[in-house]
Amino acid sequence: MTTNETDATDATPTGASAPAQAPGLSRRGLIGLAAGVGAAGLALGAGAGSAAGVAVGRARAGAAEASVFPFFGAHQAGITTPVQDHLHVASFDMMARTTRDDLIELLQDWTYAAARMSQGLDVSATGAVGGSPDAPPDDTGEALGLAANGLTVTFGFGPTLFETEAGEDRYGIAARRPAVLTPLPAFLGDDLDPLHSGGDLVIQACADDPQVAVHAIRNLSRIAFGRARLRWSQLGFGKTSKTTADQATPRNLFGFKDGTANILADDTAALDTHVWVGQGDDPEWMTGGSYLVARKIAMLIETWDRVRLAEQERITGRDKAHGAPLSGGVETAEPDFAATGATGALAIDKRSHVRLAHPDLNGGIRILRRGYNYVDGNTALGRLDAGLFFLAYQRSPEQFVTLQRALSTDLMSEYIKHIGSGVWAVPPGATAGSYVGAGLFA
Amino acid sequence: MIRPRLLAATAAASLAALALSGCVAKSDVAASGALTVTSTDTTCDVSAATATSGTLTFDVTNSSSDVSEFYLLASDGLRIVGEVENIAPGASRSLTVVAQPGDYYTLCKPGMVGEGVGKTAFAVSGETIAATGDDAEQKQKAVDLYAAFVKDQVEQLVPAVDTFVAAYESGDDEAARAQFPTTRAFYERIEPVAESLGDLDPRIDYREVDAVAEGLDWTGFHRIEKDLWVPAQDALNSDGVTPAWQNWQPSTTAERAAYGDQLIADVAELNDYVHSDAFTQALDAQGIAGVSNGAIGLLDEVATGKISGEEDWWSGTDLYDFAANVEGSKMAFSLVQDFATSSGTEGASLVQKIQTGYDDLDASLAKHGSLTTGFVNYSQLTEADKREFTDLINALAEPLSKLTSTILE
Repeated sequence: MTTNETDATDATPTGASAPAQAPGLSRRGLIGLAAGVGAAGLALGAGAGSAAGVAVGRARAGAAEASVFPFFGAHQAGITTPVQDHLHVASFDMMARTTRDDLIELLQDWTYAAARMSQGLDVSATGAVGGSPDAPPDDTGEALGLAANGLTVTFGFGPTLFETEAGEDRYGIAARRPAVLTPLPAFLGDDLDPLHSGGDLVIQACADDPQVAVHAIRNLSRIAFGRARLRWSQLGFGKTSKTTADQATPRNLFGFKDGTANILADDTAALDTHVWVGQGDDPEWMTGGSYLVARKIAMLIETWDRVRLAEQERITGRDKAHGAPLSGGVETAEPDFAATGATGALAIDKRSHVRLAHPDLNGGIRILRRGYNYVDGNTALGRLDAGLFFLAYQRSPEQFVTLQRALSTDLMSEYIKHIGSGVWAVPPGATAGSYVGAGLFA
Repeated sequence: MIRPRLLAATAAASLAALALSGCVAKSDVAASGALTVTSTDTTCDVSAATATSGTLTFDVTNSSSDVSEFYLLASDGLRIVGEVENIAPGASRSLTVVAQPGDYYTLCKPGMVGEGVGKTAFAVSGETIAATGDDAEQKQKAVDLYAAFVKDQVEQLVPAVDTFVAAYESGDDEAARAQFPTTRAFYERIEPVAESLGDLDPRIDYREVDAVAEGLDWTGFHRIEKDLWVPAQDALNSDGVTPAWQNWQPSTTAERAAYGDQLIADVAELNDYVHSDAFTQALDAQGIAGVSNGAIGLLDEVATGKISGEEDWWSGTDLYDFAANVEGSKMAFSLVQDFATSSGTEGASLVQKIQTGYDDLDASLAKHGSLTTGFVNYSQLTEADKREFTDLINALAEPLSKLTSTILE
């Protein structure tokens, strides 16, 4: 799945005729997208040199900084893409008085800019320094000199985009809302802040350089001014999950390996069963898409740090050193929930996190996790304002709901607090020349 | 005074075409268009209240005892579409404009300060007139009209400050408090002009924290404001840290006289400047870009100072400043928008977005009052209100920031 520039070029059709076939594409969007695809293709075609046709090409280095993932494709990037090191995720609400055309144009403009940025280009051809000296630059410029760094930009639609809480169908799409896309139910122990929850639209930007991820969200927010307003955004670092076997399992801020049993990018059968919306799933425009659940989970770090090691491991159900299940074996060993220790007690506590969340106890349900650690400075009490920004992709939000309900007796609950939440329909990937979510408006 | 809807309706069609030609010889003007105006100390009689669109000439005779001016104002009563100034007592001068259909006001300003006399409705009917003159000429006219607008605002600021200071110095705090925000409005509409003038804006408009930070004597509107809205003993200054009463006492009568007279003198200096050749040359040097950048600069004032409520810390009258900044911005925009529109499809689309942005912002402001009927105190705004203003300013300022380059293309 790791993709180099050549792959990206191959995965990006020239799109010369594709835009004309895309329904509902405005003339402006058409021109913009066609030009964008062309520019991206051209730049990549130039190989290791500077981006031809672009005023100032962004740096192209070797190794990780140079990884480029194709933006266009059957699925949106940023789901099975090898998890990058940094996250900036942002939720938006559409502004009052915006129309269906405004929403479509926004998605077109976002697609154009995101497609360019994910190829390591500025948001527009004139970019950060190539435009008129009498106008502010199109691109904010802080990513000048930085390569793509594996940037992926993933878009999702919240329940309120289809129908407001007051029942208003602002954009004529209420009838096309996926039946499963409803606000998540309340869970035991929720302490949700509405200002850090929900949103009509979501953008997940992941990259191996934090500045590249921030640059993406900053520029997409700016492009949205007057159409969509930032509702909340979150920075994350230190990925807490992996999506390829060759990535080491990272650790969360509790110090434990997280995501050992995640669905991996090459496990297409599991992806088709658990992550991608399939043919025949309702609605058809979501085929190839997925559903994103985000949970901002604050960790009571200071309290956790005072818990003795054996207790930390009992709560988690895994050993801290290697992430192996307490029933024995290596990290990747299947936990044996019947195994007992020397005293005859269960090796893995019935209320441990690993057991309650395990597919075997949840009717085989699995989800693709993609969370990040976060530290937002400190609280007024002088505690680190830290935790896990949980991101999970699944074929239906019901999968998350089932797992979260199973976790209601989780021993870990004492040390965490869910303070933000949201669910979004993540449409399939766009074809070159079209835009993300075009199927919704077809 | 603020009528955004009318401004929106008339601005696009009329403005650049309906331009000041300054004083020209009477023989240059079609006889059918001739109108006579008599300016006295209290009246401004125009020979007709209606006209047909086309070239109109107003022959203005000054029968007042002081130097006078004549204005043709747009329907918002704020935007100047033509003016002739410096008419000596007993003398006559002419104003020639290409008038588009629409509603206007005529007005004389004997003494050249204040809001003027004899403001009368003036209606123009008939066909829309195509713009004439080359591009450079049109742009110079827009710069001239902006200069006229700045002068008019300062001319109104002068007597407003006189009255305000009189109330303050005499201890009529209630009257002074009522006049404080409306007096400032004349200044706030043209804030970037004053700010370009070295130490004048610091003397007139610095907040206490600014003056302290720069080691300046604190004078001007905000010094007076604190005397008029005396803070509680435990209040904090706008930096959120400094006690309000640290190094501060309510002004004595003598201090009030000094601060009041200083403000009058500073405003007089500003008035002298905007009537000087230096001002005209500065504006001309910037050209049309200066007008456009003025529109952008005023909105930046709103975004940085007014939305946060830091400007009028003791009085809470920030929304007046906010509204006046927006009016000044809109005025400058209206003078240059036709150049953007005529630059092509993108320019026309940009102008449309900016216009919508002003309309939405005006509508949002109107929910909290108006410059004429008064605004609610800043402290009454909810976080959601401030958030709405911020979003609407983002929506307006983003396209507005591209106006200058579009015009210069």
